[in-house]
Amino acid sequence: MAESDTDDAEAAEHADRTLVEELLDGKHRALARVISKIENRSPGYRDLVSALHAHTGGADVIGVTGSPGAGKSTLVDKLAKRYRDQGLTVGVIAIDPSSPFTGGSVLGDRIRMASNTADMDVFFRSMSARGHLGGISTATADAVTALDAFGKDRIIVETVGAGQNEIDIVKTADTVAVLVPPGSGDDVQMLKAGILEIADVFVVNKADMDGADRTVQELREMVHGRGDLAGGHHPGDGLDVALSDRTGESDDDGWEPPIVETVAKTGDGVEELLETLAGHSDWLDDSGRRQQQARTRYAEEIRTLLREDAAKLVAEEVERRGGLESFAEAVLARETDPYTVADDVIRPIEDCVERRE
Amino acid sequence: MSEAQGQRTIRCLIAKVGLDGHDRGAHVIARAFRDAGFEVIYSGLHKSPDEIVTAAVQEDVDVVGISILSGAHNTLVPKIVDGLEEYDAFEDTLLIIGGIIPEDDRPGLLEMGVAEIFGPGASMDETIEFVRENAPERD
Repeated sequence: MAESDTDDAEAAEHADRTLVEELLDGKHRALARVISKIENRSPGYRDLVSALHAHTGGADVIGVTGSPGAGKSTLVDKLAKRYRDQGLTVGVIAIDPSSPFTGGSVLGDRIRMASNTADMDVFFRSMSARGHLGGISTATADAVTALDAFGKDRIIVETVGAGQNEIDIVKTADTVAVLVPPGSGDDVQMLKAGILEIADVFVVNKADMDGADRTVQELREMVHGRGDLAGGHHPGDGLDVALSDRTGESDDDGWEPPIVETVAKTGDGVEELLETLAGHSDWLDDSGRRQQQARTRYAEEIRTLLREDAAKLVAEEVERRGGLESFAEAVLARETDPYTVADDVIRPIEDCVERRE
Repeated sequence: MSEAQGQRTIRCLIAKVGLDGHDRGAHVIARAFRDAGFEVIYSGLHKSPDEIVTAAVQEDVDVVGISILSGAHNTLVPKIVDGLEEYDAFEDTLLIIGGIIPEDDRPGLLEMGVAEIFGPGASMDETIEFVRENAPERD
Protein backbone atom coordinates (compact mmCIF):
# COMPACT_ATOMS: atom_id res chain seq x y z
CA MET A 1 0.00 0.00 0.00
CA ALA A 2 2.66 2.44 1.08
CA GLU A 3 4.74 1.33 -1.86
CA SER A 4 2.02 1.96 -4.38
CA ASP A 5 1.52 5.40 -2.85
CA THR A 6 5.14 6.20 -3.49
CA ASP A 7 4.77 4.87 -7.00
CA ASP A 8 1.76 7.08 -7.56
CA ALA A 9 3.59 10.08 -6.23
CA GLU A 10 6.55 9.34 -8.45
CA ALA A 11 4.33 8.90 -11.47
CA ALA A 12 2.60 12.20 -10.74
CA GLU A 13 5.91 13.93 -10.34
CA HIS A 14 7.10 12.50 -13.60
CA ALA A 15 3.91 13.61 -15.34
CA ASP A 16 4.37 17.13 -13.99
CA ARG A 17 7.97 17.23 -15.17
CA THR A 18 6.81 16.22 -18.62
CA LEU A 19 4.16 18.90 -18.48
CA VAL A 20 6.76 21.57 -17.69
CA GLU A 21 8.98 20.38 -20.52
CA GLU A 22 6.09 20.40 -22.97
CA LEU A 23 5.02 23.86 -21.90
CA LEU A 24 8.53 25.25 -22.33
CA ASP A 25 8.58 23.47 -25.65
CA GLY A 26 5.59 25.47 -26.81
CA LYS A 27 2.83 22.90 -26.55
CA HIS A 28 -0.49 24.68 -26.12
CA ARG A 29 -2.22 21.77 -24.51
CA ALA A 30 0.42 21.67 -21.77
CA LEU A 31 0.06 25.40 -21.11
CA ALA A 32 -3.71 25.02 -20.86
CA ARG A 33 -3.36 22.08 -18.51
CA VAL A 34 -0.89 23.88 -16.26
CA ILE A 35 -3.28 26.81 -15.93
CA SER A 36 -6.06 24.37 -15.00
CA LYS A 37 -3.89 22.87 -12.30
CA ILE A 38 -3.16 26.37 -11.02
CA GLU A 39 -6.86 27.19 -10.98
CA ASN A 40 -7.83 23.95 -9.28
CA ARG A 41 -4.83 24.04 -6.97
CA SER A 42 -4.26 20.45 -7.92
CA PRO A 43 -1.67 18.56 -5.93
CA GLY A 44 1.76 19.52 -7.21
CA TYR A 45 0.73 22.83 -8.73
CA ARG A 46 3.18 24.67 -6.53
CA ASP A 47 6.11 22.68 -7.86
CA LEU A 48 4.90 23.41 -11.38
CA VAL A 49 4.87 27.16 -10.80
CA SER A 50 8.26 26.92 -9.06
CA ALA A 51 9.75 25.10 -12.00
CA LEU A 52 8.39 27.67 -14.45
CA HIS A 53 9.53 30.69 -12.52
CA ALA A 54 13.12 30.58 -13.74
CA HIS A 55 11.85 30.95 -17.30
CA THR A 56 9.86 34.13 -16.75
CA GLY A 57 10.63 37.79 -17.09
CA GLY A 58 10.27 38.15 -20.84
CA ALA A 59 6.70 39.35 -21.02
CA ASP A 60 5.18 42.77 -20.73
CA VAL A 61 2.05 42.43 -18.60
CA ILE A 62 -0.86 44.80 -19.18
CA GLY A 63 -3.87 45.01 -16.90
CA VAL A 64 -7.18 46.21 -18.31
CA THR A 65 -9.97 47.03 -15.93
CA GLY A 66 -13.15 49.09 -15.84
CA SER A 67 -16.83 48.92 -15.06
CA PRO A 68 -19.09 46.33 -16.73
CA GLY A 69 -19.95 47.40 -20.24
CA ALA A 70 -16.99 49.73 -20.58
CA GLY A 71 -15.84 47.72 -23.58
CA LYS A 72 -12.88 45.92 -22.06
CA SER A 73 -13.15 42.69 -24.02
CA THR A 74 -13.61 44.43 -27.35
CA LEU A 75 -10.61 46.64 -26.69
CA VAL A 76 -8.49 43.70 -25.57
CA ASP A 77 -9.40 41.95 -28.80
CA LYS A 78 -8.20 44.92 -30.84
CA LEU A 79 -5.00 45.25 -28.81
CA ALA A 80 -4.24 41.57 -29.25
CA LYS A 81 -4.79 41.89 -32.99
CA ARG A 82 -2.36 44.82 -33.28
CA TYR A 83 0.26 42.99 -31.26
CA ARG A 84 -0.11 40.01 -33.55
CA ASP A 85 0.27 42.29 -36.58
CA GLN A 86 3.57 43.39 -35.06
CA GLY A 87 4.62 39.77 -34.91
CA LEU A 88 4.27 39.45 -31.16
CA THR A 89 2.61 36.56 -29.35
CA VAL A 90 -0.14 37.31 -26.89
CA GLY A 91 -1.68 35.74 -23.81
CA VAL A 92 -4.98 36.94 -22.39
CA ILE A 93 -6.49 36.10 -19.03
CA ALA A 94 -10.08 37.26 -18.68
CA ILE A 95 -11.60 37.06 -15.24
CA ASP A 96 -15.36 36.86 -14.81
CA PRO A 97 -17.39 36.74 -11.64
CA SER A 98 -18.95 33.44 -10.67
CA SER A 99 -22.27 32.84 -9.01
CA PRO A 100 -21.93 32.79 -5.25
CA PHE A 101 -24.88 30.40 -5.11
CA THR A 102 -23.94 27.53 -7.38
CA GLY A 103 -20.29 28.30 -8.06
CA GLY A 104 -21.19 28.07 -11.73
CA SER A 105 -20.59 30.78 -14.24
CA VAL A 106 -20.90 31.74 -17.87
CA LEU A 107 -17.60 33.13 -19.04
CA GLY A 108 -18.56 35.32 -21.94
CA ASP A 109 -15.51 37.44 -22.72
CA ARG A 110 -14.37 35.04 -25.38
CA ILE A 111 -17.27 36.03 -27.62
CA ARG A 112 -15.79 39.49 -28.03
CA MET A 113 -12.46 38.14 -29.19
CA ALA A 114 -13.75 38.13 -32.73
CA SER A 115 -10.49 39.07 -34.43
CA ASN A 116 -8.36 36.31 -33.01
CA THR A 117 -10.50 33.30 -32.27
CA ALA A 118 -8.80 30.85 -34.59
CA ASP A 119 -5.31 32.16 -33.84
CA MET A 120 -3.59 29.74 -31.48
CA ASP A 121 -0.89 32.34 -30.83
CA VAL A 122 -3.37 34.51 -29.01
CA PHE A 123 -3.78 32.28 -26.00
CA PHE A 124 -7.05 33.37 -24.48
CA ARG A 125 -8.05 31.91 -21.16
CA SER A 126 -11.22 32.61 -19.20
CA MET A 127 -10.99 32.32 -15.44
CA SER A 128 -13.85 32.56 -13.02
CA ALA A 129 -13.41 34.32 -9.73
CA ARG A 130 -14.57 31.17 -7.98
CA GLY A 131 -13.89 30.84 -4.29
CA HIS A 132 -10.14 30.78 -4.60
CA LEU A 133 -8.69 30.55 -1.17
CA GLY A 134 -5.59 32.56 -1.73
CA GLY A 135 -7.78 34.87 -3.67
CA ILE A 136 -8.07 35.01 -7.39
CA SER A 137 -5.05 37.29 -7.45
CA THR A 138 -2.68 34.43 -6.56
CA ALA A 139 -4.16 32.24 -9.27
CA THR A 140 -3.87 35.10 -11.75
CA ALA A 141 -0.26 35.77 -10.87
CA ASP A 142 0.54 32.07 -11.29
CA ALA A 143 -1.26 31.92 -14.63
CA VAL A 144 0.73 34.94 -15.78
CA THR A 145 3.88 33.05 -14.74
CA ALA A 146 2.82 30.13 -16.95
CA LEU A 147 2.13 32.35 -19.97
CA ASP A 148 5.40 34.22 -19.43
CA ALA A 149 7.38 30.99 -19.21
CA PHE A 150 5.63 29.78 -22.36
CA GLY A 151 7.22 32.75 -24.08
CA LYS A 152 4.35 35.15 -24.63
CA ASP A 153 5.57 38.64 -25.49
CA ARG A 154 2.50 40.46 -24.21
CA ILE A 155 0.11 39.27 -21.51
CA ILE A 156 -3.17 41.07 -20.97
CA VAL A 157 -5.11 40.56 -17.76
CA GLU A 158 -8.70 41.69 -18.06
CA THR A 159 -11.06 42.10 -15.13
CA VAL A 160 -14.11 44.01 -14.02
CA GLY A 161 -12.99 46.84 -11.79
CA ALA A 162 -15.22 46.66 -8.79
CA GLY A 163 -13.30 46.20 -5.61
CA GLN A 164 -10.21 45.22 -3.72
CA ASN A 165 -9.99 41.83 -5.40
CA GLU A 166 -9.78 43.40 -8.81
CA ILE A 167 -7.19 45.88 -7.66
CA ASP A 168 -5.09 42.99 -6.40
CA ILE A 169 -5.49 41.27 -9.74
CA VAL A 170 -4.31 44.14 -11.84
CA LYS A 171 -1.34 44.59 -9.55
CA THR A 172 0.12 41.59 -11.33
CA ALA A 173 0.48 43.91 -14.33
CA ASP A 174 3.36 46.19 -15.24
CA THR A 175 1.01 48.68 -16.83
CA VAL A 176 -2.61 49.19 -15.87
CA ALA A 177 -5.20 50.69 -18.21
CA VAL A 178 -8.46 51.78 -16.62
CA LEU A 179 -11.43 52.07 -18.96
CA VAL A 180 -14.04 54.70 -18.36
CA PRO A 181 -17.21 54.81 -20.44
CA PRO A 182 -18.37 58.32 -21.27
CA GLY A 183 -21.29 60.21 -19.95
CA SER A 184 -21.61 58.84 -16.49
CA GLY A 185 -20.55 60.86 -13.51
CA ASP A 186 -20.98 57.75 -11.44
CA ASP A 187 -18.06 56.09 -13.11
CA VAL A 188 -15.78 58.92 -12.27
CA GLN A 189 -17.07 58.66 -8.73
CA MET A 190 -16.20 54.98 -8.75
CA LEU A 191 -12.67 55.84 -9.75
CA LYS A 192 -12.27 57.87 -6.64
CA ALA A 193 -13.09 54.82 -4.61
CA GLY A 194 -9.87 53.09 -5.35
CA ILE A 195 -9.35 52.52 -9.06
CA LEU A 196 -7.83 55.91 -9.68
CA GLU A 197 -4.66 55.04 -7.83
CA ILE A 198 -3.83 52.04 -9.93
CA ALA A 199 -4.24 53.61 -13.37
CA ASP A 200 -1.15 54.17 -15.46
CA VAL A 201 -3.32 55.03 -18.44
CA PHE A 202 -6.95 56.11 -18.61
CA VAL A 203 -8.96 55.03 -21.61
CA VAL A 204 -12.20 56.76 -22.42
CA ASN A 205 -13.68 54.08 -24.62
CA LYS A 206 -16.79 54.57 -26.75
CA ALA A 207 -15.43 58.05 -27.33
CA ASP A 208 -17.92 58.61 -30.13
CA MET A 209 -20.73 58.71 -27.61
CA ASP A 210 -22.26 61.80 -26.09
CA GLY A 211 -20.54 62.98 -23.00
CA ALA A 212 -17.09 61.70 -23.92
CA ASP A 213 -15.58 65.17 -23.85
CA ARG A 214 -16.94 65.83 -20.41
CA THR A 215 -15.63 62.54 -19.10
CA VAL A 216 -12.19 63.34 -20.48
CA GLN A 217 -12.39 66.73 -18.84
CA GLU A 218 -13.42 65.27 -15.50
CA LEU A 219 -10.65 62.74 -15.65
CA ARG A 220 -8.12 65.39 -16.50
CA GLU A 221 -9.14 67.39 -13.48
CA MET A 222 -8.89 64.35 -11.30
CA VAL A 223 -5.47 63.35 -12.60
CA HIS A 224 -4.19 66.84 -11.94
CA GLY A 225 -5.71 66.73 -8.50
CA ARG A 226 -3.85 63.59 -7.60
CA GLY A 227 -0.69 65.31 -6.53
CA ASP A 228 -2.69 67.33 -4.05
CA LEU A 229 -4.31 64.23 -2.68
CA ALA A 230 -0.97 62.59 -2.19
CA GLY A 231 0.14 65.72 -0.44
CA GLY A 232 -2.24 64.88 2.31
CA HIS A 233 -5.10 67.27 1.78
CA HIS A 234 -7.49 64.52 2.70
CA PRO A 235 -5.95 62.85 5.66
CA GLY A 236 -7.65 59.74 6.83
CA ASP A 237 -9.77 59.13 3.77
CA GLY A 238 -7.83 56.01 2.95
CA LEU A 239 -6.46 57.37 -0.29
CA ASP A 240 -3.14 58.37 1.16
CA VAL A 241 -2.11 54.86 1.91
CA ALA A 242 -3.00 53.57 -1.50
CA LEU A 243 -1.44 56.55 -3.21
CA SER A 244 1.88 56.10 -1.55
CA ASP A 245 1.90 52.62 -3.02
CA ARG A 246 2.02 53.52 -6.66
CA THR A 247 0.91 56.91 -7.73
CA GLY A 248 2.49 58.93 -4.99
CA GLU A 249 5.83 57.63 -6.16
CA SER A 250 5.16 58.02 -9.84
CA ASP A 251 4.26 61.64 -9.32
CA ASP A 252 7.77 62.18 -8.06
CA ASP A 253 9.49 61.15 -11.24
CA GLY A 254 6.93 62.31 -13.66
CA TRP A 255 4.52 59.70 -14.88
CA GLU A 256 1.16 61.34 -15.17
CA PRO A 257 -1.46 58.95 -16.47
CA PRO A 258 -2.38 60.02 -19.99
CA ILE A 259 -6.01 59.95 -21.09
CA VAL A 260 -6.58 58.18 -24.37
CA GLU A 261 -9.84 58.20 -26.30
CA THR A 262 -10.77 55.07 -28.19
CA VAL A 263 -13.64 53.49 -30.04
CA ALA A 264 -12.81 49.85 -29.61
CA LYS A 265 -15.47 48.67 -32.03
CA THR A 266 -14.02 50.53 -34.99
CA GLY A 267 -10.44 50.47 -33.77
CA ASP A 268 -10.18 54.27 -33.56
CA GLY A 269 -7.55 55.37 -31.09
CA VAL A 270 -6.18 51.87 -30.56
CA GLU A 271 -2.93 52.79 -32.27
CA GLU A 272 -2.50 55.73 -29.93
CA LEU A 273 -3.28 53.53 -26.95
CA LEU A 274 -0.62 51.06 -28.09
CA GLU A 275 1.93 53.88 -28.27
CA THR A 276 0.91 55.09 -24.84
CA LEU A 277 1.27 51.61 -23.37
CA ALA A 278 4.67 51.25 -25.03
CA GLY A 279 5.60 54.66 -23.65
CA HIS A 280 4.77 53.56 -20.14
CA SER A 281 6.74 50.38 -20.64
CA ASP A 282 9.77 52.42 -21.72
CA TRP A 283 9.34 54.69 -18.74
CA LEU A 284 9.27 51.67 -16.44
CA ASP A 285 12.62 50.57 -17.82
CA ASP A 286 14.24 54.01 -17.90
CA SER A 287 13.19 54.94 -14.39
CA GLY A 288 14.05 51.59 -12.88
CA ARG A 289 10.44 51.38 -11.86
CA ARG A 290 9.86 47.99 -13.45
CA GLN A 291 12.24 46.29 -11.08
CA GLN A 292 10.87 48.17 -8.15
CA GLN A 293 7.33 47.14 -9.01
CA ALA A 294 8.41 43.56 -9.48
CA ARG A 295 10.14 43.59 -6.13
CA THR A 296 6.98 44.86 -4.42
CA ARG A 297 4.94 42.27 -6.28
CA TYR A 298 7.15 39.37 -5.28
CA ALA A 299 7.21 40.53 -1.67
CA GLU A 300 3.43 40.62 -1.71
CA GLU A 301 3.27 37.15 -3.29
CA ILE A 302 5.58 35.71 -0.68
CA ARG A 303 3.58 37.35 2.08
CA THR A 304 0.33 35.88 0.75
CA LEU A 305 1.82 32.41 0.43
CA LEU A 306 3.25 32.51 3.92
CA ARG A 307 -0.04 33.66 5.34
CA GLU A 308 -1.85 30.82 3.59
CA ASP A 309 0.69 28.20 4.54
CA ALA A 310 0.79 29.31 8.16
CA ALA A 311 -3.00 29.34 8.30
CA LYS A 312 -3.04 25.81 6.93
CA LEU A 313 -0.54 24.67 9.53
CA VAL A 314 -2.67 26.14 12.28
CA ALA A 315 -5.86 24.64 10.84
CA GLU A 316 -4.26 21.21 10.96
CA GLU A 317 -3.19 21.70 14.53
CA VAL A 318 -6.71 22.79 15.46
CA GLU A 319 -8.07 19.68 13.78
CA ARG A 320 -5.69 17.48 15.75
CA ARG A 321 -6.97 19.00 18.96
CA GLY A 322 -10.58 18.25 18.23
CA GLY A 323 -11.61 21.03 15.92
CA LEU A 324 -12.69 24.61 16.19
CA GLU A 325 -16.19 23.62 17.28
CA SER A 326 -14.98 22.05 20.48
CA PHE A 327 -12.92 25.11 21.33
CA ALA A 328 -15.92 27.32 20.73
CA GLU A 329 -17.98 25.05 22.93
CA ALA A 330 -15.42 25.34 25.73
CA VAL A 331 -15.45 29.12 25.48
CA LEU A 332 -19.22 29.11 25.53
CA ALA A 333 -19.12 27.05 28.73
CA ARG A 334 -16.79 29.68 30.21
CA GLU A 335 -14.07 27.07 30.63
CA THR A 336 -11.61 29.14 28.63
CA ASP A 337 -11.49 32.18 26.40
CA PRO A 338 -10.52 32.88 22.79
CA TYR A 339 -7.14 34.36 23.66
CA THR A 340 -6.10 31.41 25.77
CA VAL A 341 -7.17 29.03 23.03
CA ALA A 342 -5.18 30.94 20.43
CA ASP A 343 -2.12 30.97 22.71
CA ASP A 344 -2.41 27.24 23.33
CA VAL A 345 -2.65 26.40 19.67
CA ILE A 346 0.16 28.68 18.61
CA ARG A 347 2.57 27.77 21.41
CA PRO A 348 4.02 24.56 19.94
CA ILE A 349 4.56 26.32 16.60
CA GLU A 350 6.15 29.23 18.41
CA ASP A 351 8.39 26.89 20.40
CA CYS A 352 9.47 25.20 17.22
CA VAL A 353 10.44 28.43 15.54
CA GLU A 354 12.24 29.77 18.59
CA ARG A 355 14.15 26.57 19.20
CA ARG A 356 15.65 26.85 15.74
CA GLU A 357 17.08 30.29 16.34
CA MET B 1 -7.69 24.22 2.12
CA SER B 2 -8.19 20.52 1.65
CA GLU B 3 -11.75 21.07 0.47
CA ALA B 4 -10.54 23.43 -2.22
CA GLN B 5 -8.12 20.86 -3.56
CA GLY B 6 -10.68 18.11 -3.72
CA GLN B 7 -13.27 20.16 -5.47
CA ARG B 8 -13.02 20.37 -9.21
CA THR B 9 -15.25 22.52 -11.31
CA ILE B 10 -16.39 21.02 -14.58
CA ARG B 11 -15.58 23.33 -17.46
CA CYS B 12 -17.68 23.23 -20.61
CA LEU B 13 -17.47 24.89 -23.98
CA ILE B 14 -20.87 25.44 -25.55
CA ALA B 15 -20.19 25.95 -29.22
CA LYS B 16 -22.23 27.09 -32.18
CA VAL B 17 -20.56 25.98 -35.35
CA GLY B 18 -21.10 26.94 -38.98
CA LEU B 19 -23.85 28.88 -40.64
CA ASP B 20 -26.51 28.36 -38.06
CA GLY B 21 -28.01 31.34 -36.31
CA HIS B 22 -30.27 29.53 -33.90
CA ASP B 23 -28.76 29.83 -30.49
CA ARG B 24 -31.74 29.65 -28.16
CA GLY B 25 -30.93 26.05 -27.34
CA ALA B 26 -27.28 26.86 -26.71
CA HIS B 27 -28.28 29.67 -24.36
CA VAL B 28 -30.68 27.48 -22.43
CA ILE B 29 -28.04 24.79 -22.03
CA ALA B 30 -25.41 27.34 -21.01
CA ARG B 31 -27.64 28.66 -18.26
CA ALA B 32 -28.66 25.23 -17.06
CA PHE B 33 -25.01 24.15 -16.90
CA ARG B 34 -24.13 27.29 -15.01
CA ASP B 35 -26.92 26.64 -12.52
CA ALA B 36 -25.60 23.09 -12.14
CA GLY B 37 -22.33 24.62 -10.95
CA PHE B 38 -20.34 24.21 -14.17
CA GLU B 39 -18.12 26.84 -15.67
CA VAL B 40 -19.46 27.55 -19.10
CA ILE B 41 -17.63 29.21 -21.93
CA TYR B 42 -19.95 30.20 -24.73
CA SER B 43 -18.40 30.50 -28.15
CA GLY B 44 -20.84 32.88 -29.76
CA LEU B 45 -22.46 32.32 -33.14
CA HIS B 46 -21.06 31.20 -36.50
CA LYS B 47 -17.78 29.72 -35.33
CA SER B 48 -15.54 27.70 -37.59
CA PRO B 49 -14.34 24.27 -36.47
CA ASP B 50 -10.86 25.78 -36.04
CA GLU B 51 -12.20 28.40 -33.68
CA ILE B 52 -13.97 25.74 -31.63
CA VAL B 53 -10.77 23.72 -31.41
CA THR B 54 -8.72 26.76 -30.36
CA ALA B 55 -11.23 27.57 -27.64
CA ALA B 56 -11.43 23.98 -26.40
CA VAL B 57 -7.65 23.63 -26.19
CA GLN B 58 -6.90 27.01 -24.61
CA GLU B 59 -9.71 26.84 -22.10
CA ASP B 60 -8.81 23.23 -21.27
CA VAL B 61 -12.47 22.31 -21.05
CA ASP B 62 -13.66 18.92 -19.88
CA VAL B 63 -16.67 19.00 -22.14
CA VAL B 64 -17.32 20.35 -25.62
CA GLY B 65 -21.02 20.66 -26.36
CA ILE B 66 -21.69 21.40 -30.00
CA SER B 67 -25.06 22.79 -30.90
CA ILE B 68 -25.99 22.09 -34.51
CA LEU B 69 -29.31 22.69 -36.17
CA SER B 70 -28.09 23.31 -39.68
CA GLY B 71 -27.66 19.74 -40.87
CA ALA B 72 -23.97 20.21 -41.60
CA HIS B 73 -22.85 17.95 -38.77
CA ASN B 74 -21.29 15.35 -41.05
CA THR B 75 -18.80 17.89 -42.38
CA LEU B 76 -18.25 20.03 -39.29
CA VAL B 77 -17.96 17.48 -36.50
CA PRO B 78 -15.13 15.47 -38.11
CA LYS B 79 -13.15 18.69 -38.51
CA ILE B 80 -13.53 19.43 -34.82
CA VAL B 81 -12.51 15.86 -33.91
CA ASP B 82 -9.43 16.10 -36.16
CA GLY B 83 -8.48 19.47 -34.71
CA LEU B 84 -8.74 18.23 -31.14
CA GLU B 85 -6.61 15.23 -32.06
CA GLU B 86 -4.00 17.49 -33.60
CA TYR B 87 -3.55 19.23 -30.25
CA ASP B 88 -3.70 16.04 -28.18
CA ALA B 89 -6.95 17.23 -26.72
CA PHE B 90 -9.35 14.62 -28.06
CA GLU B 91 -8.66 11.74 -25.70
CA ASP B 92 -9.75 13.38 -22.50
CA THR B 93 -12.46 15.71 -23.75
CA LEU B 94 -16.09 14.68 -23.58
CA LEU B 95 -17.69 15.57 -26.90
CA ILE B 96 -21.47 15.86 -26.99
CA ILE B 97 -23.88 17.16 -29.59
CA GLY B 98 -27.20 18.88 -29.14
CA GLY B 99 -29.56 19.56 -31.96
CA ILE B 100 -31.33 17.85 -34.78
CA ILE B 101 -29.40 14.86 -36.05
CA PRO B 102 -31.18 12.38 -38.34
CA GLU B 103 -31.31 8.83 -37.01
CA ASP B 104 -29.17 7.56 -39.90
CA ASP B 105 -26.29 9.91 -39.06
CA ARG B 106 -26.07 9.02 -35.40
CA PRO B 107 -24.00 5.85 -35.60
CA GLY B 108 -21.36 7.57 -37.72
CA LEU B 109 -20.96 10.43 -35.27
CA LEU B 110 -20.82 8.12 -32.27
CA GLU B 111 -18.28 6.02 -34.14
CA MET B 112 -15.93 8.96 -34.62
CA GLY B 113 -15.90 9.74 -30.91
CA VAL B 114 -19.01 11.73 -30.05
CA ALA B 115 -20.08 10.49 -26.62
CA GLU B 116 -23.77 11.26 -26.86
CA ILE B 117 -26.32 13.10 -28.96
CA PHE B 118 -29.15 15.00 -27.33
CA GLY B 119 -32.02 15.62 -29.68
CA PRO B 120 -35.29 17.45 -29.23
CA GLY B 121 -37.04 16.27 -26.10
CA ALA B 122 -33.90 15.39 -24.19
CA SER B 123 -34.33 16.59 -20.63
CA MET B 124 -31.95 19.07 -19.09
CA ASP B 125 -31.47 16.93 -15.98
CA GLU B 126 -30.56 13.99 -18.12
CA THR B 127 -27.96 16.03 -19.98
CA ILE B 128 -26.42 17.45 -16.80
CA GLU B 129 -26.34 14.00 -15.22
CA PHE B 130 -24.62 12.59 -18.30
CA VAL B 131 -21.94 15.28 -18.14
CA ARG B 132 -21.37 14.74 -14.41
CA GLU B 133 -20.97 11.02 -14.89
CA ASN B 134 -18.85 11.12 -18.00
CA ALA B 135 -16.66 14.16 -17.59
CA PRO B 136 -13.11 12.83 -17.95
CA GLU B 137 -11.19 12.00 -14.81
CA ARG B 138 -8.33 14.36 -14.31
CA ASP B 139 -6.19 15.18 -11.36
